[in-house]
Amino acid sequence: MSLIAKPKRIPKFHRGNAACPGCPIPREIDILLEELGPKTVLVVPAGCTTVVMGDMSGMPATVPVVHSAFAAAPAIASGIVRALRMRGDYDAYVVVWAGDGATGDIGFASLSGAAERNEDIIYVCYDNEAYMNTGIQRSGLTPYGAWTTTTPEGKREFKKPLPFIMAEHKIPYVATASIAYPFDYQAKVRKAKQIRGFRYIHLLSPCPPGWRFDASLTIEVAKLAVETGVWPLFEIENGEFRLTGISKNLLDKKNRKPVIEYLKLQGRFSKLTEEQIKEIQDAIDRMWEEIAARVKK
Amino acid sequence: MVQVLKRKALALVGNHAVAYAVKQAKPQVLAVFPITPQTTMLEKLAEYIASGELKAELIKVESEHSAMAAIYGAALAGARVFTATSSHGLLYMTEMIYWAGGQRVPIVAAIATRAIASPWSILDEHQDFLSKRDAIWIQIMAENVQEAYDLTIQAFRISEDERVILPVMMGFDGFILTHTMEKVEVLEDYEVDSFLPPRKFNLIDFSDPVGIGPLAQPDDYMRVRYDAMKAMERSKSVIEEIMREYEKLSGRKYDLVECYKCEDAKYIFVTMGAWSGDAKVAVNMLRDEGIEAGLLKIIVFRPFPKEKVQEYLRSAKGVVVFDRDYSYGSGGILANEVKAALYGLQVPVYSVIAGLGGKDVKPIHFQKVMEDLVNEKLEEERWLL
Repeated sequence: MSLIAKPKRIPKFHRGNAACPGCPIPREIDILLEELGPKTVLVVPAGCTTVVMGDMSGMPATVPVVHSAFAAAPAIASGIVRALRMRGDYDAYVVVWAGDGATGDIGFASLSGAAERNEDIIYVCYDNEAYMNTGIQRSGLTPYGAWTTTTPEGKREFKKPLPFIMAEHKIPYVATASIAYPFDYQAKVRKAKQIRGFRYIHLLSPCPPGWRFDASLTIEVAKLAVETGVWPLFEIENGEFRLTGISKNLLDKKNRKPVIEYLKLQGRFSKLTEEQIKEIQDAIDRMWEEIAARVKK
Repeated sequence: MVQVLKRKALALVGNHAVAYAVKQAKPQVLAVFPITPQTTMLEKLAEYIASGELKAELIKVESEHSAMAAIYGAALAGARVFTATSSHGLLYMTEMIYWAGGQRVPIVAAIATRAIASPWSILDEHQDFLSKRDAIWIQIMAENVQEAYDLTIQAFRISEDERVILPVMMGFDGFILTHTMEKVEVLEDYEVDSFLPPRKFNLIDFSDPVGIGPLAQPDDYMRVRYDAMKAMERSKSVIEEIMREYEKLSGRKYDLVECYKCEDAKYIFVTMGAWSGDAKVAVNMLRDEGIEAGLLKIIVFRPFPKEKVQEYLRSAKGVVVFDRDYSYGSGGILANEVKAALYGLQVPVYSVIAGLGGKDVKPIHFQKVMEDLVNEKLEEERWLL
């Protein structure tokens, strides 16, 4: 008999779901549910997860799932959490699990309203940077230069800086995370669950078909987004800004990989000119100057 | 033996009467967004909650879409819920209205009916209310402030009845009822408690997690809608039963329709809402002239009381339907419903479109139209411009 026991983990989000190959969403939900436990309600607006959750014949989730119209999830979650608290249930978590379109575009008024009311909700935006479920159309969170079916020449506008916009709502907790750094992500969910009020976690979720990279490279791409500084990992707890994980070492530009390493893996950036790449690099550097100012504060 | 009860009577405007009924129904979660002419109801509810008279959460949402979404969520999680809106607010929450109807969740919404822009009008019309006729909601409409109070209480009971489980919309005319003070006989709180048992409906159960509203394949989708159709049909007899029970409690009779002197009438008005009172006055004026007039007031519009409409109108010489709404390119919405119900019965149905955008309609308008019908001068459709 071996003295080494194999770690055994029962998934909280079952395999055999309807996600595309290489999609990080199932793993992201699994980590979330592992941390939050079975007394969690997921509110899922229209998007990729609507499909990932299966149909009326069964679902991969092990917790109650409330499907929602595109713009309605934060308000539905507000209603659920108020009703649970009214019935004396104070330890259940109500989570909105929403894509970037539902979060930053069509559902933004509802999100902003729920944040302003400081509803006792954990909001997770899985950001795959376009309307992927409808077939890769640009959203307000699609990055500059990216090809989508509605930006065939590349997007002309920059990505909406949603984590910072949410932080300006003065909610108790805002964090960014990445599937390439699951412990950092899980630690942020753990921290969020210990706080009351509106908590916002923004997950960059690389999408193989939408970003045009091979399904085996999801973690690679996610990792490069952090290493190049495109996607800084941080948390803002009661207004206090803190870099986390490897992002702590990226304030110095020397430590950041050139953005081209991130861009060149993705077909959506294949038409970028040298000039545009420089523009993107400059924008990243400017963002890090702003971050440095926040860190000093 | 008729037992005469001495009732507490209050002088209330419509919005406050509905708020009073809501307070007695004890919802746990409300979400309301202000809109004229509903706003004073929201203010009254906020007062009740602030003073502790109503122990509930009032979610002060940033839009009507979120108002309906929030109470939908709360209703799924087992709370008795309420919202109120009007006109543009009702249109703005339409997506969630359909969502709540499709999922079949007990919800009560009070609709202060109002015209829809463009052009702007804050005054009464039924267009907003009737535009929700296909959303799988039970729709009832009040004639006066007393009925708005009574129907609100009954709406909670109907919505939560296990044989029904459907959202209910209670319409009452903007300004004409919302802002008019009338004497209202109210029930005692303990009487409402006995009429409204604690709510059982709940879909958020952590020991038995389910997915609510997932993708449906065509076979499943069709079946779900078929079940909704059956529930809507079934609700007719349940509503009648609940209304009879309410009559025992309150002494006030309710039914899917109200027949006012229509049993022996040859010429019958069909109306919904506040102007039914004007039509009753007109019936009496016409009777004084020797014209055998009557009125059939529709109280429950969805499910449409087809059988009652047939029963009361089948031997009429002429029926005049008054619509405060219009389906452009088709006809008066209520008129179309009545015509469909009377299909094959050879009853002449005339349509009058009046009162749009709050244009004043008086008993004399009803009287004149009916005189024209008797004198064979009434067109199939007439607009009272």
